[in-house]
Order: sequence, then C-alpha cells, then structure tokens
Amino acid sequence: MSLPAQDAQLLITGGLVIDPVQRTQRIADVLVQGGKIAAIDTGIAAQLPARARGKGGPPTIDATGMVVAPGLVDMHVHLREPGFEYKETIATGTLAAVAGGVTSVACMANTKPVNDCPSVTRYILERAKAAQLARVFPIGAVSVQLAGEQLAEFAGMHDAGIVAVSDDGMPVMDAELMRRALECAKMFDIPVIDHAEDRTLAAGGVMHEGAVALRLGLRGIPSAAEDVMVSRDISLASLAGGHLHIAHISSAGSVAMVRQARASGIHVTAEVSPHHLWLTEEAVAGYNTNAKMAPPLRTEEDRQALRQALADGTIDTIATDHAPHHKDEKDVEFDHAANGVVGLEILLPLTLQLVHDGLVDLPTAIAKITSEPARILRLAAGRLEVGVPADLVVIDPTHEWVVSSESLLSKSKNVAFEGWKMRGRAIVTLVDGRIVYDRRPESASAAS
Amino acid sequence: MFERRHLLGLEGLTAEEITFLLDTAESFKEVSEREIKKVPTLRGRTVVNLFYESSTRTRTSFEIAAKRLSADTINLSASASSVSKGETLTDTARNLAAMRPDAIVVRHPSSGAPHLLARHVDCPIINGGDGAHEHPTQALLDLLTIRSHKGGIAGLTVAIVGDLLHSRVARSNLYGLRTMGARVRFIGPTTLVPPHFAELGAELVNDLHEGLRDADVIMMLRIQRERMNGRYFSSLDEYSRMYCLSADAVAKARKDVIILHPGPMNRGVEISSTVADGPYSVIMDQVTNGVAVRMAALYVLVGRRRGVEVASTDETDAVARDGATSGALAAEAPLRRVAMAE
Repeated sequence: MSLPAQDAQLLITGGLVIDPVQRTQRIADVLVQGGKIAAIDTGIAAQLPARARGKGGPPTIDATGMVVAPGLVDMHVHLREPGFEYKETIATGTLAAVAGGVTSVACMANTKPVNDCPSVTRYILERAKAAQLARVFPIGAVSVQLAGEQLAEFAGMHDAGIVAVSDDGMPVMDAELMRRALECAKMFDIPVIDHAEDRTLAAGGVMHEGAVALRLGLRGIPSAAEDVMVSRDISLASLAGGHLHIAHISSAGSVAMVRQARASGIHVTAEVSPHHLWLTEEAVAGYNTNAKMAPPLRTEEDRQALRQALADGTIDTIATDHAPHHKDEKDVEFDHAANGVVGLEILLPLTLQLVHDGLVDLPTAIAKITSEPARILRLAAGRLEVGVPADLVVIDPTHEWVVSSESLLSKSKNVAFEGWKMRGRAIVTLVDGRIVYDRRPESASAAS
Repeated sequence: MFERRHLLGLEGLTAEEITFLLDTAESFKEVSEREIKKVPTLRGRTVVNLFYESSTRTRTSFEIAAKRLSADTINLSASASSVSKGETLTDTARNLAAMRPDAIVVRHPSSGAPHLLARHVDCPIINGGDGAHEHPTQALLDLLTIRSHKGGIAGLTVAIVGDLLHSRVARSNLYGLRTMGARVRFIGPTTLVPPHFAELGAELVNDLHEGLRDADVIMMLRIQRERMNGRYFSSLDEYSRMYCLSADAVAKARKDVIILHPGPMNRGVEISSTVADGPYSVIMDQVTNGVAVRMAALYVLVGRRRGVEVASTDETDAVARDGATSGALAAEAPLRRVAMAE
C-alpha cells in the first residue's frame, strides 16, 4: 500500500482496532490525515520513511494494550442549553462527552425555549460549533412546546439539522398526534423517539410500582405505564409506516413487544440506559434521589430481560439519557426531586463491563455505542474505516477508577454510580482528527 | 438496648430494641398518673416539633411527653414557619441545627423527609409520620396497648382494616408486629390493599368478615375522605357498607378482641359508634400510651446520650437538693432500672 506519509498528522500505533460495522477486531496502526482516517493496517509505523519517523514525523499515540474504536455516539443526551445553563451547557456537556470518549451526542428538545423551530435548532448547532468538542445533533420536538397538541415544524427543523423528533420527558398522550408525527417524520427519513409512558398510569409516581415502593411509602409507576404506550406506538408505527424508536426501554414486557414487532417487520428500534442495565428499584432505598428517573429503575427480572435483549439485538443501543440536574434539585424530598442522572462519563466503562461479564463480545459492545446509534439516526459517525472522519477514542480497557461525582466534568453531579469501581476509560478522544481530550500522563492539558 | 441515633421507622428494628422501647415506655406510664407530672430527665434540653402537616394528636402528645421530661419544646408548623416563604427542607434543617436542638420530631407529607433531615443535622430525628412511609411512635403505642391488654404480642392475629396503601400507621405496625411474632392481616379493597403487600409479610383479605375471623386485635385505619374520589372506590357510602366496623363484624373476631384506632375517627364511616364506644375499644388507652411511648423515645434518644451516671444520679441528687417531691425521686427509679439493664 502507498502511505501518504507527507501529509500524516497523527499515528495511533499497536492498538486493538475495532470495526463495529463488520464486528471485527485486530491489532493495527491507524493513520489519521487531514481529519480523516487514511489507513488502517499493521506495520504502518515501520513503513513510514525514516525521516517521518524521527523528529518532525507525525505525532504518535502508542496504543499498545489499548483499544482503538470509533468515537462513541450517545443518541440520548440533555445538554440543557438554551434555558437551563445552570444545569449544563453545550460546552460543559460536550466536554463531559469527550472525556467519556463520546464524540457525537444527540440532544433532546426539552430546553427553554423548546427546540420546536429552526431558530432554536440553529442556535444549538452554533453553540456546539463554538465549543469545538463533540459533534452535536439536535433532536426536534414532536409538538409545539412539547404540549402534545400541535406538530412542530419538522420540515424547517430538518433543514436546520435535526436528526430525529421527540417529546422526551413529555410523552405524547394523544394517539392521533403520534400517528401523524410518525407519518410526517417518515417524509424526512427521521425516527420518532418515543418516551413511552402513559401519563395517567404514571401520574404522581416517583419510582417503580412494587414491594419496594410500598415499603418506602412512595407512589409507584407500574411497568404497564410503559407497556401500554409501547404497544400503542408499535401499532401506530405499523399503521403509519414510520420509524419508531423506543427511548430508555425499561420493562421486560416492552422488550418482548419490541422483539415481536421487529420479527413482524415493523420498523422499531430501541435503546436502553446504563442505569437500567445496572440498577434496580432497590437503589432507591434510603430515598436516594440519584436513583429517581423516568422511566423508573425496575426489578431484577426486568434488568435481566434488558441485558438479554441487548445481547440478542432486540435492543440496538445503549444511550445515557444524560440528564444533568443542579444539586438543589436533588437534595430535596424524594417526591420533589428531579428525574434523571448524568451518564456521559460512565457509558464506556459500563458498556465494557458487559464484555467482562461475557454478555457480548468486544466488537458488539462497541457497536452498541457507535455504529448502531449512528444507523438509527442515519449519521455518518460511529465507523472506523478508511476515508471517514477521524472521530476516534483510544481506550485503556484495564484502567481502573472509582466514580466520584466531584471529579465529573459535567456541570451537574447527579450520578447514580457514585463510588462504583469502573474498569476501562477513554484515554485520548479525537474529533475530525483533532485531539479534544487527552488523559495521558504526558499530556499537560488533560482536562483543558 | 437501643443504640441508634434516630427513630426513623420500625422496619429493621430487632425484637430486643422494640421490647426495650416498650419497657421504657411502661416505666414512664406512672409519671402521667402523678399529681405533679414531671421528671427532670431532659431538663435543659430542647425538643423541636417540626410539623409540615396538620396534626393535633401527635403534636400534642409529643409536646406533653417532652414537657413531662422537663424539656423545652418549640412547635413549628408549616404555616407558621418559613415553609410558606419557599425555604427548602434542607435549609430549614440547617437553620434549626444551628440553634442546637437536642431532638427534632418531624412530620412531613413526603415519605423519606425525616431521612433527608437526618442527613443534614447532628441531633436525633424522631419520625412523627412521613408520607405513606412510617409512623413509628404510633405503632409503638399500639404495640404497648396490645401488649398490656394481651400480655404479649407473639402468636396474636392482628387485623388492620382500611386504606392500607396510604397508611404509614399500617406499615409501621406491620414491621413491629411481625418482628414481635404476630400474624398481620390487611383487610380492604384491592385498590387500597395492593398485592405486593404480601411480599412485606402481610396476609391480604378483601372481605371484612372473613378477615376478622379469630382476630385477637382489630386496628381500624382512618379513611381520608378526599381520597375517596371514585378512583379507588365508588363512594364513601359504598366503602362504608363493605368495611365499616359494626358489632356484627366484631362478632367474627375472638371473644376477647380489642379494637384500636389511631384517630381521628370518622364515626359511621370506618367504625360505628357502638363499636367505638363499646367494651372492646381501647382507643383511649392508646392515647394515654402515646405519651409514655414518646417520653420513652425522647429519653432513649436524648436523655441517655449524656451517660448513665448523669441520667440516674446527678439529676436525682439535684432534684433532691432542690427539695423535689418524693414522687419525682421515685420517677428516677425506673430510669435507673433501665439504665442498669443496658
């Protein structure tokens, strides 16, 4: 092969390179040039002219013993800007992203103002461009003001750059509106992301309905609140022919319905959050508000069903539902605490843990957080092939660390895994061939 | 023995701990029978009653208990405190803590609020009822009432009737009674007695008459009229027809059954006046025992913290020097016995 040595900008040597699309892995060097992946092969370093290898040659990242993967894609993130900058900004959220190896985030529409029109979409993209960290893909609202009454401007927002529509956090109760949303979204070839929760069944609930909720005296949300909406929306997707994506699926019943729907050819995809894969309703004990989320943490039986569905492909992707909240919104009575937890910085190690657990192999695990979400959102990201933009993460799979909320780079510290021992961490993160985060000891500006 | 810092609930307490609290309460009952109903045990201590829900009975009971132990009491209610100005519970807790109270009794509509408070203050917290979670002193006074009438708790069958779903009294009683070896039946419509209660150790029965069969103890819960809005049950009238404790229903229980009610009662709704005022009713005993149980809780969490010698000798001497009545001196006797039993 011919090496474009003259223009080489960065060489990543000796890593275990993952191709999530082909589900393969091999030890190879990766050459980045002009912001794109120029070559993936063994011995690129050795083939470089001596001149290039010495002083003045391309900067090199020694990835021996490490994993080289496409930058992660997190399709469910709340960046909070505009409107809730005290929780998170696009700059702090994308910094947390790249620190966690995430190079592409899709951000939800429940900002203030709501992303229900092109001007807000453009504003988000401008702020993301200014931050120069992760790529940001806005998700537009399904309905104006997330009010569930009138469709938002899909066409205008699509022109401005949205990649999906969702009323996340405010489930669409009106079945007819949901049907029309699926029909309209289909015209633009974008999915409708469904926060599937029947608001009448969930009303007033603050955790999963079951023995733990009874014991704690907290009002429960039954799994049926999710199941009836998943069932309804699968029927509507079948009717409308659009692409339905179930956000943060949490119940065994919903998983079974998605599996069946896919088998019958309905275009349904699904994501699961790290917290639903790792935690159950028991985490609420002691009124831990960092275990309060929507949908709620459910039972061990549900958790096992989610893990199984992830392994068998019923669940396509792991998405964090990164939901930053200020301390003052969590350090209150459980009934009054805000829903959600941050997740961008723990997505990678918790996904790698699935490999340690023997649930999936490494390329599949990486696919769940790269090529799979990219496929759902029709993004060019999440691939490691010659010619694609060099969004990459160099991972030390043996790096052990303990989650400490205070050391998180997200502006908010509401993490559900405080004190958990993690294995695996992003060491260097690249976007367009540019190092946007570097945790190597020799890097002086690791958190800059 | 009771080495816990707070009394947040009965869940997780051992039989020994519950027995110790009941024995201590028993020793305090006598104080309330005296002409001068006061012992110096908590003299110089401050007890804050922080009530975010209206309550006459519980707040008064705690206040009397504290005063009979010579503590200074402060009552803060949601309408009178800075709650109406939008202060968070955490901030209120920090402000109270800065005034160095020796105990805070808290009642709050949100389950877990006392636990939040306990994370932010140094002093012992006594849960005076939180949401639908627990009301430990109510259950302790129920246990004390049952024990004094039945001679023990183990082996008894206790039927609790009504809105179990929203009842903190029922939960605390379930934990306490089960730990002490009783059988507990929850009786009510399925909407108010959800199946998951079985996992917590209760037997669930829909039919009142069936559920009361051979019961040693009947505990009626107060029905919250505002909850009977047609979502849990058609109407208050229909509920009453099925679950009001009448003399006929009582006849299904054992001949020596006793009937408890945490109050305030809705006469003619969940309990007929005939039964409420009848020979099986021990409702007034509950109220009397409530003071003794709350004195015990305050004593165990606050009074003993200074050490045995202070509680049992210094203050006794001080009282003697001050020329206190012989009754006040006698009051120290059970305390000394308690202290020695540790």
